[in-house]
Amino acid sequence: MFVAGCDVGSLSAKAVIMKNGDILASHVIFSKPEPEESARAVMSGTLEKAGISIKDIAHCVGTGYGRNSIPFANAVESEIICHGRGARWLIPQVRMVIDIGGQDAKAIRLDDAGNVIRFAYNDRCASGTGRFLEIMAGAMGIRLEDMGNISLQAKNPVAISNQCVVFAETEIISLINAGKDLSDIVSGLHKAMAHRVAAMAKGIELEKAITMTGGVAKNRGMFSALEEALGTKIMSMDTDPQIIGALGAALTARQAVN
Amino acid sequence: MIVAGCDVGSLTTKAVILDNTKIISYALIKSSFNPDQSASEVMEKALKQAGLAMNDIRLCVGTGYGRERIPFVKKTVSEIACHAKGAYWLLPSARTIIDVGGQDCKAIRLDIKGNVIKFMTNDKCASGTGRFLEVMAKLLNLELEELGKLSSQARNAITLAATCTAWSQAEVIVHMNSNTSKADLAAGINDAMAARVSILVKAVALEKDVCMTGGVAKNIGVVAAMEKHLDVPIRRLRVDPQIIGALGAAVFAKEKMEGK
Repeated sequence: MFVAGCDVGSLSAKAVIMKNGDILASHVIFSKPEPEESARAVMSGTLEKAGISIKDIAHCVGTGYGRNSIPFANAVESEIICHGRGARWLIPQVRMVIDIGGQDAKAIRLDDAGNVIRFAYNDRCASGTGRFLEIMAGAMGIRLEDMGNISLQAKNPVAISNQCVVFAETEIISLINAGKDLSDIVSGLHKAMAHRVAAMAKGIELEKAITMTGGVAKNRGMFSALEEALGTKIMSMDTDPQIIGALGAALTARQAVN
Repeated sequence: MIVAGCDVGSLTTKAVILDNTKIISYALIKSSFNPDQSASEVMEKALKQAGLAMNDIRLCVGTGYGRERIPFVKKTVSEIACHAKGAYWLLPSARTIIDVGGQDCKAIRLDIKGNVIKFMTNDKCASGTGRFLEVMAKLLNLELEELGKLSSQARNAITLAATCTAWSQAEVIVHMNSNTSKADLAAGINDAMAARVSILVKAVALEKDVCMTGGVAKNIGVVAAMEKHLDVPIRRLRVDPQIIGALGAAVFAKEKMEGK
């Protein structure tokens, strides 16, 4: 039996198809102007990888900011619950999930049964979300996906004094003009952002077993900067951290069918 | 007795020359990377206009973020104190001063004698500072000065839901793509700016009379929206609101010379 989860986010859309309790296929695309379009495109990409058609899907759950515009979803579930559920399925001992997406960041605490007991959320200020790194990459003329590797070469990370995305952008332009090393700037940006996210997570009290989800978790520099800011190790997952919301949605679909 | 004030801000540098109770000249330039250079340049411009030389100035007080680097200044005073001093000197009934500069925003409360009794500053978040308007003007391909006037031609001003400049930018782009007129965009932008500044003003317990200083006070769209959000009239000052910090510095210089 096949079930699916579809996560339509602000910047990317993700889908996961599960077969009898295993991940069969997953797919990630950039979001299109209309959420409905994103949902259709990402699902057809996933179906193609799985070699099945939409009729074969017994149940599909939608999540993400565009979840109410997914034409083929049978039900919807919040992103917070989906990220918690997906992360816990992959790492059963996990008690805290830090999800950094393109336009928001969340810290989610789970109890022993995997229920969400507390969460903190920022979507008001771009600083501390994926948008921060995206704007900085643009200002430095580097690709977002290269930031992680670039930062690993840093020798003397620069201290970034501004928190605001707009002010920080000006700051890094002057740092570049002052001849600072690109890797030192990128590393400094990761530290600044990690500090911001860590403050949010500490606001709901840290748990011991922490993992990180969302597209930003793929950035190795950011991953270790967050470990440093939290003062604890983060458990890494062997599955693409960007699909965890969709995975949680697929798990929700499986529950519904069973 | 001739004195001067020099205000080196992040975006503009201002100088005022004061002869007892009369402003005899003032100048305003864009700040360069070098605060000393900006200060010297603006002072030279103001002196030239007044037909004076540096030796004619009995005392010059410096203020603004670059105040410690002004070569010809013997005394410096904070921007908050200078804005309060300048506004109170022009308008003795002023009790609340809202200064919106290029990269920060301040709300200052004065007592009846013009002493600062409370203030709030935002220089952490670009929203609610001149920077917000600068980003938006650039996005709309307008001069910063045009943004204010356009407001009055709006028919259906847009509403911006987000506070963050980065998110607001994305919101404005969506409206631009649906062919919203520039006037409607400008009015929505000025209103969002005013709403944000008003939060800071309310936090210092606003009291009449209220006046605005700083470059953003020249934007009539923002000033009108502020009056709406705060539900009080904003008293216009009789000189360029952007030079009030420098004027306050000059008044401090005068008081110092008078031994006050």
